[in-house]
Amino acid sequence: MRQPAQSLTPSSSAFRRYVILPAETVTATLEQSVSHADRPVGSPGQSHAHDHGAACGCGQAHSTAVDRTALMSARGLWFTRHRRDLIAGIDLDVHAREIVTLIGPNGAGKTTLVKLMLGIEKPDRGELYRPTSTLIGYVPQRFDIERAIPMTVARFLALGHGASDDEIAAALAEVGAARTVDQQLSQLSGGETQRVLIARALLRRPNLLVLDEPARGVDYVGEADLYDLIGSLRDNRGLGVLLVSHDLHVVMAKSDRVICINGHVCCSGKPEAVAKHAEYARLFGPRAAGALAVYTHHHDHQHDLSGAPSPVTQTSGLDVDGRSST
Amino acid sequence: MIEWPEPFVLRALVAGLVLAVVAAPLGCIVLWRRMAYVGETLAQSSLLGVAFGMALNVDLTLSVIIAAVLAALILIWFGQQKLLALDSVLGLMHHAALAMGVIAITLLKGPAIDLMGFLFGDVFAVTRNDMIWVVVGGALVLAATLALWRSLVRVSLHEDLATAEGIDPRLSRGAFDILLAVTIAVSMKIVGILLVMAFLIVPAVAARPLASTPERMAIIAAIVAMIGVVGGLFFSLTVDVPGGPSIVLTMCALAVISLMAAGSRSR
Repeated sequence: MRQPAQSLTPSSSAFRRYVILPAETVTATLEQSVSHADRPVGSPGQSHAHDHGAACGCGQAHSTAVDRTALMSARGLWFTRHRRDLIAGIDLDVHAREIVTLIGPNGAGKTTLVKLMLGIEKPDRGELYRPTSTLIGYVPQRFDIERAIPMTVARFLALGHGASDDEIAAALAEVGAARTVDQQLSQLSGGETQRVLIARALLRRPNLLVLDEPARGVDYVGEADLYDLIGSLRDNRGLGVLLVSHDLHVVMAKSDRVICINGHVCCSGKPEAVAKHAEYARLFGPRAAGALAVYTHHHDHQHDLSGAPSPVTQTSGLDVDGRSST
Repeated sequence: MIEWPEPFVLRALVAGLVLAVVAAPLGCIVLWRRMAYVGETLAQSSLLGVAFGMALNVDLTLSVIIAAVLAALILIWFGQQKLLALDSVLGLMHHAALAMGVIAITLLKGPAIDLMGFLFGDVFAVTRNDMIWVVVGGALVLAATLALWRSLVRVSLHEDLATAEGIDPRLSRGAFDILLAVTIAVSMKIVGILLVMAFLIVPAVAARPLASTPERMAIIAAIVAMIGVVGGLFFSLTVDVPGGPSIVLTMCALAVISLMAAGSRSR
């Protein structure tokens, strides 16, 4: 079945407005809007370090149309606020049974990208494909929850979806938080809060789970446990997973793809399995080593203070975006 | 001491109790969304409504409701822009509205006009006509609040989560602002422009430590508000002091007791 796609194209006037196009015309319009000629900051030395296979998740010139086999697909997303391109031409696909991890330095636009994908914010340009068959379970950053509201876990889970007590108990059991049911949200530990938020997302019976920094404020063992849970949800329920990691270098080992962004896509690829790595296992213990992986990546460009990409200079020994001293 | 029950005492009591129930859930949401300053601005804009009502010779309650709703619409419109925090706009509107209201009323009625009734309320001057506003308006606001309750709680709890789950936060926020404006305009008669936000917020503060869910907090706030109205009116009649401040002071005493009890429990 063909789903209508919403295409967001720049208009000729000074205002940016949204134009809804029939699906047939989308591709042609896209080639205009995503062509790299209108990239505001030129970067002559910027090369592109990975091979351009299908669904590589990189935001460069080979992007064509949205992937209609994906649960969610974006092409050439731009989001500009206060004259800063927070999101500059990003492509992103998430398929069923696929775990995609987003990493990047603070202020790289990870949360903004998630908000664009969820429809909380509207992109200024670019195309977003999110068929009505895609049901999203969203797990927000936990510290955003308003603490002035008294709220038991049971009431929180019932709110909105009208879930029955049995469904709530089952969802909490699935995420391993059954005993929190009568507790106040504000009294839960970081790991418990995350599990309750995941249970709430599961009550919507989603086929795509979007988690924004689920492991933030959770220790390494707790992080590994959470990633185990997310991995088993993917395996048992066949969910697609889009996950924002708070850590630049440690990601979920089961990630099918890791995408490092800093406004644009810096690089992407598979996480290196480090479970076998003796040093890593010694540091974090065998349990953690099974669920976490070190994502080693070397960038072929760096960023000046305005965030514009520039070639790596000889003097910089850092491979982390935004920390170079140009 | 006044003989019980004089009709004006009965009217004050019924109007106070009805508004206590209507205002309680709204007060909880104001507390959760940290909107006390928005409420103050809406309340002080009501004084301009009084002036317009006097100038055009229409029902004062109606003109106050219109002024408060207009102020709410202006705030909703300002809320769309991201350049200035809403706080700075409120800081300007809040005092400008109060100053303009006082000047406009004085110009219209001369310096002899008694502003005390508008600023601190005159609960014992509630007329039969006011009662209709309180009962009908109150019932409408309460019905709308109940209908919107779930989405209001979800937006207050986590706006992005609610948006991702298909609630339009601007819609529920806008509707709430208008309900708040109407409630403030009607409650002004009882506790006055300067105290009306306390009438909304203080019962919610008192209820917070005692409640485990948002619904229970709203119900407990309503009970606290009703105790505040009865106790405040009794105090006012016994000691012969103004009614509005007596009600608010009683509510504040209940809130202090509740917070102190919660503080000693958590130690």
